[in-house]
Amino acid sequence: MEALTQLQLAFDVVLVLTLLGLAWQALTSPELFRAIVLFIAFGLLMALVWVRLAAPDVALAEAAIGAGLTGALLLTTLSKLAKQTDKSSRENNKDIIAPSAASTDE
Amino acid sequence: MRLLLMALIIAMAAGLAYAILSLPAESAGLSVYTTENIAISGVTNPVTAVLLNYRAYDTFLELGVLLLALLGVWSLGSTATASQRPSAPGPVLDNLARVLVPILIVVAGYLFWAGAYIPGGAFQAGAVLGAAGVLLILAGWRINHRLVGLPLRISLVLGLVVFAVVGTLFMLTDRQFLEFPPQYAGVLILLIEGLATLSIGIALAALFLGADPEEDDN
Repeated sequence: MEALTQLQLAFDVVLVLTLLGLAWQALTSPELFRAIVLFIAFGLLMALVWVRLAAPDVALAEAAIGAGLTGALLLTTLSKLAKQTDKSSRENNKDIIAPSAASTDE
Repeated sequence: MRLLLMALIIAMAAGLAYAILSLPAESAGLSVYTTENIAISGVTNPVTAVLLNYRAYDTFLELGVLLLALLGVWSLGSTATASQRPSAPGPVLDNLARVLVPILIVVAGYLFWAGAYIPGGAFQAGAVLGAAGVLLILAGWRINHRLVGLPLRISLVLGLVVFAVVGTLFMLTDRQFLEFPPQYAGVLILLIEGLATLSIGIALAALFLGADPEEDDN
């Protein structure tokens, strides 16, 4: 029994540290795609935390909405953002980009 | 700027730590009242009892918030990016969607039904339905154009409307708004949760689609 409590404590500590680490990396990551994937991982671990706090209802909602749907929404937003910036940068720098793209092909 | 931000975060963390440390160590909170009245709530899962009976008002407004969010997305709606697909889905994604979507629908039905006595319920089931919808959208499926207008809108508001109708109906018999008579509470909660599950699932999938599919058609 004693060993089991120790094991649970160790698991909780590792869980909290990983969660904090993921949160920090997601916030500071300069690459948006990476940040979103980290955020999804954060949501899944958060669901585990809710299970450990004996709140399986919240865990279910967190896993489905927090990690799954929010992740999907963020990823579509990212792809739309990328499309828009692509278009605007092409319109603005038409003359600059075309030759350099041609030169990299050679 | 960074220093100010750092100071703010530290102050907030200190405040939160103080709040947690000053909590009474042993407190039953409201769980005593929840378990005392569980027999007349119509369900045996205390979380569902709180969400659909004791604090039904919160859940009612949550459904409204979800619809408002969808309205916001639809009013922003640049339809061009939502409907254009760069390429057809690969065979793996297509087959995965065909296998997973029926399973997800069954899981959603189970979660909704189980919510009465174990963890589960309308929002979880709705989220699973929504995930099935997202998968279908990703695999290139679209709603039939005959269904995108009024039928879609009706199924979106169905959960909220039935919640409101049931809530006001019993005001005729000298009850408060959203107060259910104990003998019917179980059936009423089942009805509201079932329709709410459907509405939530469709709303979440529609959020992912990003724009009003009716305008997309034109």
